[in-house]
Amino acid sequence: MIWLRALVAMLIGAPVLVGVGLTLAAAWGADWTKVLALPGLWGGLRLTLITGIGATVLSLALSVPLGLWIMGRPWAARWLAPMLAVPHAALAIGLAFLIAPSGWFGRALAQVLGWAVPPAWPLPGDPYGAALVLGLVLKELPFLLLMTLASASQVDVTGQMAVGRSLGYAPGRVWARVIWPQLYPGLRLPVFIVLAYGLSVVDMALILGPSHPPTLAVQILRLYTAPEMRQAEASVLAIGLVAMTAALAGIWWLAERACTAFGLMALRRGRRGIARRWPGSVVMAAQGGLFVAAMAVLALWSVTGIWRFPDLWPEGLSLALWARGDWIAVALRSLWLGLASVSLALTLAVAVLEGEHRAGRPLRLGAIIVAPLLLPQIGFLQGLTTGFLWLGLPAGPLAVIWAEVLFVFPYVLLSLGGPWRALDPDQLRAAASLGAGPWRQLWRVRLPLLARPIAAAAAVGFAVSVAQYLAVLLPGAGRVATLTTEAVALASGADRRVAAVYGLAQAVLPLLAFALALALPAYGRGGSGGRAP
Amino acid sequence: MRFLALALMLAASPALADWSETLAEARGQTVYFNAWGGDQRTNDFIAWVGAQTEEQFGVKVTQVKLSDTAEAVARVQAEKAAGQKTGGAVDLIWINGPNFLAMKEAGLLHGPFVADLPNARYLDLSEGAPAATDFTVPVEGMEAPWRLAKFVFAHDAARVEPPARMADFPVWAAAHPGRLTHPNPANFMGATFLKQALAELAPDPAALAAPVTDAGYAAQTAPLWAWYDALRPNLWRAGQAFPENESVQAQLLADGEVDIAMFFDPAAPAALIAQGVLPESVRVFTPEGGTIGNVSFVAIPFNAANRAGAEVVANFLLDPATQAHMQDVNVLGSYSVLDPSMLDDAARAAFAALPSAPALPTLEQLGPTLPEPHPSWMTRLTADWAKRYTP
Amino acid sequence: MTLELHDLCLTAPGAAAPLFAPLSLRIAPGEIACLTGPSGVGKSSLIAGIAGQLPRGFVLSGQVRLNGRDLLALPPERRGVGVIFQQALLFPHLSVGDNLAFGLSPEFRGRTARRAAVSEALERAGLPGYGARDPATLSGGQRARVALMRALLAQPGALLLDEPFAALDPALRAGMRDFVAEHLRAAAIPALLVSHDAQDAAVARQSLAIAPLGAGG
Repeated sequence: MIWLRALVAMLIGAPVLVGVGLTLAAAWGADWTKVLALPGLWGGLRLTLITGIGATVLSLALSVPLGLWIMGRPWAARWLAPMLAVPHAALAIGLAFLIAPSGWFGRALAQVLGWAVPPAWPLPGDPYGAALVLGLVLKELPFLLLMTLASASQVDVTGQMAVGRSLGYAPGRVWARVIWPQLYPGLRLPVFIVLAYGLSVVDMALILGPSHPPTLAVQILRLYTAPEMRQAEASVLAIGLVAMTAALAGIWWLAERACTAFGLMALRRGRRGIARRWPGSVVMAAQGGLFVAAMAVLALWSVTGIWRFPDLWPEGLSLALWARGDWIAVALRSLWLGLASVSLALTLAVAVLEGEHRAGRPLRLGAIIVAPLLLPQIGFLQGLTTGFLWLGLPAGPLAVIWAEVLFVFPYVLLSLGGPWRALDPDQLRAAASLGAGPWRQLWRVRLPLLARPIAAAAAVGFAVSVAQYLAVLLPGAGRVATLTTEAVALASGADRRVAAVYGLAQAVLPLLAFALALALPAYGRGGSGGRAP
Repeated sequence: MRFLALALMLAASPALADWSETLAEARGQTVYFNAWGGDQRTNDFIAWVGAQTEEQFGVKVTQVKLSDTAEAVARVQAEKAAGQKTGGAVDLIWINGPNFLAMKEAGLLHGPFVADLPNARYLDLSEGAPAATDFTVPVEGMEAPWRLAKFVFAHDAARVEPPARMADFPVWAAAHPGRLTHPNPANFMGATFLKQALAELAPDPAALAAPVTDAGYAAQTAPLWAWYDALRPNLWRAGQAFPENESVQAQLLADGEVDIAMFFDPAAPAALIAQGVLPESVRVFTPEGGTIGNVSFVAIPFNAANRAGAEVVANFLLDPATQAHMQDVNVLGSYSVLDPSMLDDAARAAFAALPSAPALPTLEQLGPTLPEPHPSWMTRLTADWAKRYTP
Repeated sequence: MTLELHDLCLTAPGAAAPLFAPLSLRIAPGEIACLTGPSGVGKSSLIAGIAGQLPRGFVLSGQVRLNGRDLLALPPERRGVGVIFQQALLFPHLSVGDNLAFGLSPEFRGRTARRAAVSEALERAGLPGYGARDPATLSGGQRARVALMRALLAQPGALLLDEPFAALDPALRAGMRDFVAEHLRAAAIPALLVSHDAQDAAVARQSLAIAPLGAGG
């Protein structure tokens, strides 16, 4: 299987390495005094640390009690996947429409308090990045909850909870002291992904974050696109962001040790705690409510005629902006880019899993697979674009698809890997005893049996593809306009209604993919049942 | 009759014979027009241009919507650094000022090409004419004009009376705390706000036409910073945050978060009212001393993949019919760059027949046009502002 | 400490009739009562019901009193009722010692006192020096003994044992039965043991067979 490892290394590992390498090379000749004197550098650094670490810690901290709450409520867990599917940018635009002084909340208060002009609260874009943290938490909390549930399926939670309670511990204590620590190893990778994402997010930071100064990632993007030759300075900061992410991951790892030791000390003390009614439903309602309200306000703005402050509802509704249809071509481009990158990623993932199955052992791809998720995107995508140019791959759709595969593949592989490895080997053995060769087994048994997980993995990959911003902007040289790049650009335009059209289309596309993934295999499996040997 | 004359001219003039070659080469090309995408009307106009050029010349136009023109400049720079001499990603850029100067000085532009465009005959390209000068920098045929820009303010007349001069802004802001802001000077419009103030407050405005010097900068900008320090505490969000660009500020005006917005297009407020974005009570105002004006250009990068197509589009933009369509307030409302004295009667009539709107200022209301300072002033000004006021 | 069951009735989800006839029982301190019956009759669910951990849909009616206190109104952790499950259910990520320390009542204060209590429990379980061991390295019988010690260290007012010997090797069962009986007597608390194995009744002072109601099966 050496060729398979080489293929993954070339398609996924090499671009990341080349990207970081060329960024490093571009940073080499930079004038350090100029970099360190950049206005807003230190403010941006502080802001990046506050928002990146804040969003990660807050999401994780909320996911602990909420994980317990949601374990017993499968109906609530069903809301997690759609919230995961909505892209960061669409949520950010909707959230901005909610929390701005002239947003829905401000309008509601104006009805009560009789305001004629919007209040002077500094949202979004407050100097502390609170709006950005809120946006990030709203997106990352469902992700961490889903990962908690996945991790919990490996542990006898019911039995251990019964033991803990029979020893006199309140449920929250049992969860926090003995059960959650067993789930954490399964959460470590997701947490690092959340941390790296929070430190380097650009699209959400452009919409919800402060602009004076903005986060480091936004400053880097601005330097990359500045008219003067500032690639070197941008590259220095990009490498700095990579180093900072690595350092923070190290600090996080140390903090983990400390928390484990501290947790063990507390556990040995044997305090039982009292059962508090943890307001899980309040937090979950806030999470779900903000999400639904953000989507609703997007939908409403997209069909608004005129909507003045402090009116709670638009004066008139109009489908004019949808009827213009300019969004259709862009949506179709997002669609086919998504289909292309998901097809590639899915093929590669099936090849890796099948290769692993035939080799009878893991392929030891290790960090290659998740490296694109653990590094700040802005740390290697500009270098990668230069690398593509040297390869003779011009900036455009092909470069975008390759860049997207870097982020789609890990998610597809991670979500398909579990069901693939858990497939009952007896069924394959039965097929083998009937004389089916390995290829026939793959095509006629394994893939049809896994139709549902494959569709789910494809939907996850598609959502990841649709949401990409930098991976489209930089390798596409701005020539590839997707729903995400358009929505982010329009979010700083004068017409909220146009931004809402693109934002809503961006949110709906992956939701449709999820709905399709739920609907299709039920039909497909019925059809394949007769064909399976 | 006209066709015959054209045919005769074609045969006689080598330049126009070249143009027919350009037209032939351009047919079937797709021009990647890199233009700031923050204004929906401009985007619609560019889409209309593309439909027209495809129909008339077989040239498609794809707008690459930039959030900042600098993105396209950086892209061409990156291509040059990577040794890409042909087949570049950028065919046509909406450009002016420092971006133009940067590209011209770095040898990133194709040209001179403007004189080769048949419609250049409607332009006043004499030395120092607005269509031949970009921020005091001679254009030298390296970019073709396409629309006039003039800095204006807009206020919600239902709520406030506007200040009369730039010098009155601090007093006005003190009386209306939190109700005034300007785009971040890192953005073109924010920088223009500072330049507008500088043009009025500088002890010797004539000094702004020459490249900036250390001593000159200190002397000319001292009153500006004193003025700004008095203004800033009463700005929106206490001057700690600024809208990213003019569109975001227009949205703030539409929401009633501020009372004043600013545009580089006197017809923009009227158009935004027509679209239902701005309230109908919004009106244009300009300070007594006049406001900065300039011309928007299009330029073609040295390595453009579809150079011929780009020239055809640049030429089409200068067609009197295109310019009249553009000046229609229901379309774009941007003032024409053509020299009225060079137009024929039919073209003049087309301009005269354009509709008006309450928020559309007359030329008298717009007041005198102040020249743009040399680009080096803007670069210095924005860097200085960033250093002074970035936490 | 006396555990009293009054007219306990257990109804399965969606069922109209209870699983067995109303059950009444009184268990004195240090005494073990044994309920036997075929599998599926609801023995484990009865234990879960008394412990307050009935699966969703089951309904338990009647009264359970510990020292006169009505238990059924209390959340599981405040009933003071320890449970020994069929599987030892030791926390796999904790050492044997920490499993015991987690169980040890908070009334033992101070690090040294608590450590001493844990090592003493290990000695009484016949596992001296096993504190640092990973539970996965223990034999089934050793695990069962640790589970019992863990439950007793919490100083419960009563103990429920749900088929505690079922998972053990037959050869180990007799020894384990004696071990359980001895420690329960020492702790002087009432214990209720359910089993489908009639031999388990041998350790009990009183023994009751429960039979399914109606023609269930």
